[in-house]
Amino acid sequence: MDLAQGGPATALGVPSIDVAAVLPLLIVFTAGAVGVLLEAVLPRNQRWPAQVALSLTSVVGAGVALAVYVTGDFESTTTFRAEEASSGALAVDTPALFLWGTLLVLGLLALLLIADRSVEPGGAFVSKAALRGGAAGGTDTLTKEQTFTGMQTEVFPLTLFALGGMMTFCAANDLLTMFIALEVLSLPLYLMCGLARRRRLISQEAAVKYFLLGAFASAFFLYGLGLLYGYAGSVKLADIAVAAQGTDRSDTLLFAGLGLLAIGLLFKGSVGPFHTWTPDVYQGAPTPVTAFMAACTKVAAFGGLLRVLTVSFESTSWEWRSVLSVVAVVSMAIGAILGLTQRDVKRMIAYSSIAHAGFLVVGAMALTEDGLSATLFYLLAYGFTTLAAFGVVSLVRDSSGEATDLSAWAGLAKRSPLVAATFTVLLLALAGIPLTSGFVGKFAVFEAALSDGMAPLVVIALVASAIAAFYYLRVVVLMYFSEPAPDGPAVTVPGVFTTTAIAVGTIATLVLGIVPTFALDWASAGGFVF
Amino acid sequence: MIETSWLLIAFPAFGALVLLAGGRRTDAWGHWLGCATVIASFVYGLILFLSSDGSTQDTTVFSWIPVSDLQVEFGLRIDALSLAFVLLITGVGSLIHIYATGYMADDPGRRRFFGYFNLFVAAMLILVLGNGFVTLYLGWEGVGLASYLLIGWYQNKPAAATAAKKAFVMNRVGDVGLALAIFLMWSHIGSTQYSEVFAGIGQVDQNVVLAIGLLLLLGACGKSGQFPLQAWLPDAMEGPTPVSALIHAATMVTAGVYLVARSSPIYNANPDAQLAVALVGAFTLLLGAIIGCAYDDIKKVLAYSTVSQIGYMMLAVGLGPFGYALGIMHLLTHGFFKAGLFLGAGSVSHGMHGELDIRRMGGLWRKMPITFVTFGLGYLALIGFPFTAGYFSKDAIIAAAFGQEGWRGWVFGGAALLGAGITAFYMTRLVLMTFFGKARWQELKTADGKEYHPHESPPVMTVPMILLAVGSVGAGAFLALGDTLAEWLTPSVGALQESHGGVIGHSLVPFLVVGISAVGVLLAWLFVGRKDVPVERPQQVSAVVRAARADLYGNALNEALFARPGIWLSRALVFVDNRGVDGLVNGLAALLGGSSGRLRRLQTGFVRSYALTMLIGGFALVGALLMVRFG
Repeated sequence: MDLAQGGPATALGVPSIDVAAVLPLLIVFTAGAVGVLLEAVLPRNQRWPAQVALSLTSVVGAGVALAVYVTGDFESTTTFRAEEASSGALAVDTPALFLWGTLLVLGLLALLLIADRSVEPGGAFVSKAALRGGAAGGTDTLTKEQTFTGMQTEVFPLTLFALGGMMTFCAANDLLTMFIALEVLSLPLYLMCGLARRRRLISQEAAVKYFLLGAFASAFFLYGLGLLYGYAGSVKLADIAVAAQGTDRSDTLLFAGLGLLAIGLLFKGSVGPFHTWTPDVYQGAPTPVTAFMAACTKVAAFGGLLRVLTVSFESTSWEWRSVLSVVAVVSMAIGAILGLTQRDVKRMIAYSSIAHAGFLVVGAMALTEDGLSATLFYLLAYGFTTLAAFGVVSLVRDSSGEATDLSAWAGLAKRSPLVAATFTVLLLALAGIPLTSGFVGKFAVFEAALSDGMAPLVVIALVASAIAAFYYLRVVVLMYFSEPAPDGPAVTVPGVFTTTAIAVGTIATLVLGIVPTFALDWASAGGFVF
Repeated sequence: MIETSWLLIAFPAFGALVLLAGGRRTDAWGHWLGCATVIASFVYGLILFLSSDGSTQDTTVFSWIPVSDLQVEFGLRIDALSLAFVLLITGVGSLIHIYATGYMADDPGRRRFFGYFNLFVAAMLILVLGNGFVTLYLGWEGVGLASYLLIGWYQNKPAAATAAKKAFVMNRVGDVGLALAIFLMWSHIGSTQYSEVFAGIGQVDQNVVLAIGLLLLLGACGKSGQFPLQAWLPDAMEGPTPVSALIHAATMVTAGVYLVARSSPIYNANPDAQLAVALVGAFTLLLGAIIGCAYDDIKKVLAYSTVSQIGYMMLAVGLGPFGYALGIMHLLTHGFFKAGLFLGAGSVSHGMHGELDIRRMGGLWRKMPITFVTFGLGYLALIGFPFTAGYFSKDAIIAAAFGQEGWRGWVFGGAALLGAGITAFYMTRLVLMTFFGKARWQELKTADGKEYHPHESPPVMTVPMILLAVGSVGAGAFLALGDTLAEWLTPSVGALQESHGGVIGHSLVPFLVVGISAVGVLLAWLFVGRKDVPVERPQQVSAVVRAARADLYGNALNEALFARPGIWLSRALVFVDNRGVDGLVNGLAALLGGSSGRLRRLQTGFVRSYALTMLIGGFALVGALLMVRFG
């Protein structure tokens, strides 16, 4: 759909679609739509089992469809073609397929956390979204309606829509599709942030903040899109690349457009200085949603950033690389330094995610095959680790819900050695200690950046990870070498859903750390097509 | 057969795994499993031995460390030398395992004890069966670990804990030597497998060969309690007596001798390294014998006797082709009689309520006749009474030492001969004070105020003692007559060479040895046997005795050479660390923490300020991009 030469409306034909290639996408979206219908037709007490079954089945089914497609004799291609000659709106290429696989696996684990009703009676989600909490701050006793054990089951279709949006986002082959996918993934997330059963006020505040700032960032993105269309006469990523190599239009349009577009992408990836929403939203959102956001949104955002930078802006990399380097440094510095003084474990992981976003930018800037595969691996590894980490966070509770204050975690190892050991493994992975996936990811990213001539950046990144290691290890020390508080929190024994999610995330963290080769091979199977 | 030789190691390793991982569930039958695995290994080793002609057969079990140029395989070498060791380790090991079921009967941790014991046997078998130096090192460290765990068995006794630590640390000193030697082989020959190292040693620079030889010797000294690393071995007697018998007399401490014999191509290639081995052996055999005269603790006397006897073995293997087979022969016979002596000592202390001080004993031969007879036979073998085991093996070493030319013949032969006399003295003193004379224990009380009731040990303990006593008497003739052992070992260490000439002829040596031993026995009787032994240790003694009681200042030497400089170094480093490194780090941490606190204020919680941050960031980003392009 080349708008510049768009003819009369009658010329629009039915686009050709490679159904086998986009089947995972279709399954997820269809399941989301069915989920909305289920909300409407099923009685309340049947919704939870139906929604859980539907969403888990659909995500697994999408994964199976993806696996079938990948193991078959596939070629990287684009689909949703308006006409035979041009490329389609979606690029189903090896990186996109890898990212889809990553998103589906992480999404499945996140759904398990969301569906859990054993840790918090009735689940982490409020029964009616309109409920308000008690006093400001919301560390309250539950009102009668809050203790009602039902839960807002809309969260399942919302998750599926967000997941579908993320998958579309990292496969989008033109900026317009990308923008629509951005909105499809964002809007459900805004809602999901406000659904916490406890601490209603903080949760709703988080939702509003995320929504306002997200809209702000989307506006930047859209403005950048407009400028780039003005420059290239097309919204296709490939056309922008062609234009950048030789056109008589002003480069101001190109670089201003790139900058504004990048803001939208960096915002979603919580890269500093566009990170400001991250700590508040991570803290306020229900922990399963935080886990979903931290793992999957990051995958989608960096998938999109990788594609845009590689496909459209490779020829101008000399100009933007120095600027993005500064962004990466700012992000790493903010994440590492501000994380030092956090006293809330969810906020601490939020700052950790900002630091990790900086490392990911480093990898994304190395426009080599190594850089691509390293970044893809990093996303996969980080997703597992952070999901499992938030899963563990949801287990440590006192009478007013999750005990996220770090002082409550003192001496945890004496009471729950298994939980403490699991969390230690995850923290070590976040710090990038060998034999965990975090080390392999960092190693691959830094190696790619080094071989692409970004040595100073790598040095800064190493310093930043050393600083960040301090606050991870501080938690380990706190758990193992401090005396537990007398009225400390109890560790809930999780049900099968949460247990599975944490176990899979932790085991993946170790497996990817010890035998990473197979995943690195998948990640480096091929490049982008356009 | 060869392909499945890993089973030798697998049996005791399996036993250790079950006993240590199985926990209390295995308490009831654990000690029997421990015995069964070792006996199984012994039977299997015997079958291997009978089907083998002693030739060298290497077999690869799996590729262990395949890293580009460094290809280390986990392989086993079945040859005359390793089979001789396998039979010693599993044979004597089986007897001592059985003995220990009785000795440790009252110990609540008996199952764990057998787990460690099996672990030791498995590691020791890896040590002697490995077909490369890295595999040997694995076993080397494994026996070190088992030794550490077992010396410290009575962990609530501070002396035992200290002794375990001392053994561990001093062994580390030797281990560093062994590790460095392996590194040198790797860097100069490119392999650590025996076959390639021995084939390639001829092309290596002589200085490097000397370095490898001396470093291996350092490793051997650490493990075998040779000068200057001998001080840990007597302290190691804090462990239970079966441990002393198996690990610190019969098998592990002879690993150094094995190492030198196994590395015979390296020592043959460099006579200077060989000379160093012989000198260490000759010096240590005198040192151990002299100190042995001064102790009143039955196990400590035997420990210094072990130091001294291993000195003989080192001296023998230091003589090169003249002595490799003799060293191994003394090692095997010593394995029998010293294990028997230790079991006897254990039996004595078992009957004497844990008492070890021979000044508090006396006249015990009536009370424990079997122990007395078996101990006595071991004693005769150790002092080299004609036609017992020690007579054949020790005399051969002394003869070979005198067979050397020039000053070497006098020094080595003289030291070995003098050592034989002193050995006869201290062992006679030990036997006289323990089994003969007045029954001093009748007027004494145990530490907790009870009367001594010496009694014979149960059959589960005496039967192994009897079997070992038979070995003490017969093993020498069996191995030595007709050069049985020397011919058997020829494929591994080369043919035994007879020296022609030397400073004193072969035919004369037996008479000299018997003569000087008789003098030793006589002196002991004059000093100890014919008069009453004071229960308290006399304090008014000559300088020589005082020096011997102070271990000839071995500990002081170690203290001055290793411990003090180490402490000074670590103090200096701590100073630098506290003042320099910590200052820097703490300053940096304070800086980061401070900036973190200041930056935190930007995170106000207000959406408007967040949006402003983003806007400023956006302006900066776009502005910077444009500046880079147009600036």
